[in-house]
Amino acid sequence: MFYRESGDFKTKYVDDNQTFPIKLDRLGYYAIIAIAFLVVPFVINDYWANAVMVPFLILSIAAIGLNILIGYCGQVSLGTGGFMAVGAYACYKLMTSFPEMSIFFCVLISGGITALVGVLFGLPSLRIKGFYLAVATLAAQFFLVWLFNKVPWFYNYSASGQINAPERAVFDFLVTGPNATAASKYLFCLVFVFILAWIARNLTRGRVGRSWMAIRDMDIAAEIIGVNPLKTKLSAFAVSSFFIGIAGALFFSVYLGAVEVGEAFGITQSFLVLFMVIIGGLGSIFGSFAGAAFLVLMPVFLKNVMVGGLGWPTDIAAHLEFVIVGGLIVFFLIVEPHGLAQLWRLAKEKLRLWPFPH
Amino acid sequence: MSADFLYTLEVILNGLMAGVMYSLVALGFVLIYKASGIFNYAQGVMALFAAMTLVGIQTGQVPFSHLINAIFGTEVHHFGWTVPAVFAIILTLGVMILFAFIVERYVLKHLVNQEPIILFMATIGLAYFMEGFGDLMWGADIKTLDVGIPSGASVWLEDATIGWGVEGGGFYGFYIDKLDMVAAVVAIVLVVTLTLFSQYTTTGRALRAVADDHQAALSVGISLRTIWVIVWSIAGFVALVAGVMWGSKSGVQFSLSLIALKALPVLMLGGFTSIPGAIVGGLIIGVGEKLFEFWVGPLIGGATENWFAYMLALLFLVFRPQGLFGEKIIERV
Repeated sequence: MFYRESGDFKTKYVDDNQTFPIKLDRLGYYAIIAIAFLVVPFVINDYWANAVMVPFLILSIAAIGLNILIGYCGQVSLGTGGFMAVGAYACYKLMTSFPEMSIFFCVLISGGITALVGVLFGLPSLRIKGFYLAVATLAAQFFLVWLFNKVPWFYNYSASGQINAPERAVFDFLVTGPNATAASKYLFCLVFVFILAWIARNLTRGRVGRSWMAIRDMDIAAEIIGVNPLKTKLSAFAVSSFFIGIAGALFFSVYLGAVEVGEAFGITQSFLVLFMVIIGGLGSIFGSFAGAAFLVLMPVFLKNVMVGGLGWPTDIAAHLEFVIVGGLIVFFLIVEPHGLAQLWRLAKEKLRLWPFPH
Repeated sequence: MSADFLYTLEVILNGLMAGVMYSLVALGFVLIYKASGIFNYAQGVMALFAAMTLVGIQTGQVPFSHLINAIFGTEVHHFGWTVPAVFAIILTLGVMILFAFIVERYVLKHLVNQEPIILFMATIGLAYFMEGFGDLMWGADIKTLDVGIPSGASVWLEDATIGWGVEGGGFYGFYIDKLDMVAAVVAIVLVVTLTLFSQYTTTGRALRAVADDHQAALSVGISLRTIWVIVWSIAGFVALVAGVMWGSKSGVQFSLSLIALKALPVLMLGGFTSIPGAIVGGLIIGVGEKLFEFWVGPLIGGATENWFAYMLALLFLVFRPQGLFGEKIIERV
C-alpha cells in the first residue's frame, strides 16, 4: 500500500537516477544508516562487536570486492585469502614503519598496494577464461601465503612469524590493539563500509560498471561494441583487490590483532568469502551484505544452540556446522541460484502489488 | 657416474612417482568434467571419504558413534569385528555408488541447465557437506589404512643401482617407495581400463556421446540421468583408488582432501577434457616441483611445492589457454 512509486513525483533528472526510487526504500535506508551510526555504538558490547558486528562489517567489504570481480565482471577468483593477506601485511608494514601515520591512511594505502598486486595477478585473465582462470587465481593464493611465511622482512623478523597490530587511535579513540573499545572498533569499520559500499554502488551503475557487465555477459561481443577488455578486466581486478585489501587490513588490525598468515588467510577464507557472494547473490551489493550476515551469524547461532543449548562437545558441533553450511549452499543453489538478493527482489515485487494481487 | 647426476635422476624418478599419484586424483576430475561439464571440486573429499569409510568398515567402527554417544550418553565405538580388505573395498565401492545415486537424485537433477559456475559452487558445497559428514560418521582422528600394499624402500632397486655410483661417492642406490611403484602400476591399469571401457563398451560410447553433446545424446535415447550416476560412480571408484593409495602413504586424515588442490594444476596443464592429459600433466608437475625444490628450493627458503605447480601451470596456460591436450576453445558470438 505504501510501497510503490505512485505519489512520489520526480521533477529533476537527478531524482530519476537515484539509487532507491521508492520512498519507503529511501526512508528505510536512512533509518538503517542512522541506527548504525547513532544508536548501535552506544549499546554495543564486546561480545557483539567481536563475534558479530566487526567480522560482519569487514567481511561485507571483502564480499563486495569479490562480488565486483565475480558478479559484475564475471572473472572467477579463488585468491581472496591471498589478497586479504596482502592488505594485512601491507597495513602491518605501514603501521610499524610510519608510526606517525594515521591508521585510516594506513588502511587506505594497504588497499592501494593490494590493488597493484591484484592487477598483476589479473593479467593472465586476458588469456585465460572460466575455470582455468579460477584455478590460476589459486596460484596467487598459495604463492602469497608462502611468501609472507618465508620472507622474514614482512613480519619484521619476529621470532614467532606472527604479526601483531600496534595500538593506534583515531581522534584519541583507540581502534586497534587489545585496549580498543567495542564501540570505536565498530565505528571505524562502519565508516569504511559506508564509504566503500557507496563507491561500489555508484561505480557499478555507472559507465565502468556497465563495461564490466558487458564483459561478463559476453566478452567477444563487448569487445566488438568497443569495450576495451584489457582496461575493463584489469580495472575490475584493481577495484576488487582494493576492497579486499582494505578488508584484509581491517581484519588483521581491528578484528584479529595478531595474525598467522596460513591460518587467517588460507584457502578456507577464500571459499568463505566466495560463499558469501554466492549465497548473497551474484551482482548485487545488498547481496554481499546479506551473504556476509548469513555466514557470520549462522556459525554463532549454531554454536549457541548446539554447544550452549544441547551441551554437545565442540568438535561434533564443528563437524555439524560443516554439514549444515555445505547442505545450505547446495540447497540455496537449487532453490534460488541468484541468492538472497533475488529473494529480496521477489519480496519487494510482491510488496508493491500488495494488498491487491494484480 | 657422478653422485650429483644420480641424485638428480633419483629426484626425477621420485617426481614421476609423485606425479602418478596426482594423476590418480586428476583422473576423477576429468571423467566428471567430460561427461557432465561439471568441475567437481568435491573429488578430493570423495577420496578422503572413501578412505575413511574403508578404514571404518575394515576395523568395524560404529558409524556416527560420537554423535550417538553425545545424544544418548552411551559408550559405543566398535562392533568388535574386522572385515577383510577385499570385502571392505567392495563394500566401500557400494557406498560410493550409493553416494553417486544420492548426488544425482538430490543435487544434479535440480541443477540441470544452470551455469557452470553454479554447478561448481554446488560441488564446493558438496565438498563441505561430505567433509563434515565423514568426520561425523567416522571421527576426525588420524587413521592408518592398511590393505596389504607393500611400503618402504625397495631393497631390490637399491641393490641393483648401488654399483652405478663412484666408489666412495656417498651414493647408496635409488630410494623409491614400493608403494609409489604399486601406485604407478595401478594408475597405468586404471587408465588402460578406462580407455578401453570408453572405447569399446556400449556404456562407454554413451558416455562419450554425452560428453560431446548433451542434446544430441538425449535425442538418440541416452538417459542423461543414468549416465550421470554411472560417471559419478566411476569417479567414486577412482576416488577410492586414490584414497587407498594416498591413505596408505600418509594416513587417512583431513589433509587427504587437499590433494584435490594438488590435482588442479595438473588439470590445467593437461587440459580439463583429456585423460592422457591428466597423466602427462601429473608427470610434468611431479617432476617439475621435485626438481624445483631440489635446485631452487634451498635458495629461497623451501616448501615451494605448495605453489610451484600453480605457477608452472599458469605459465603454460598463457601460451596454451586450453592446456596441453584440452579441446581447443572455440568462441562464437
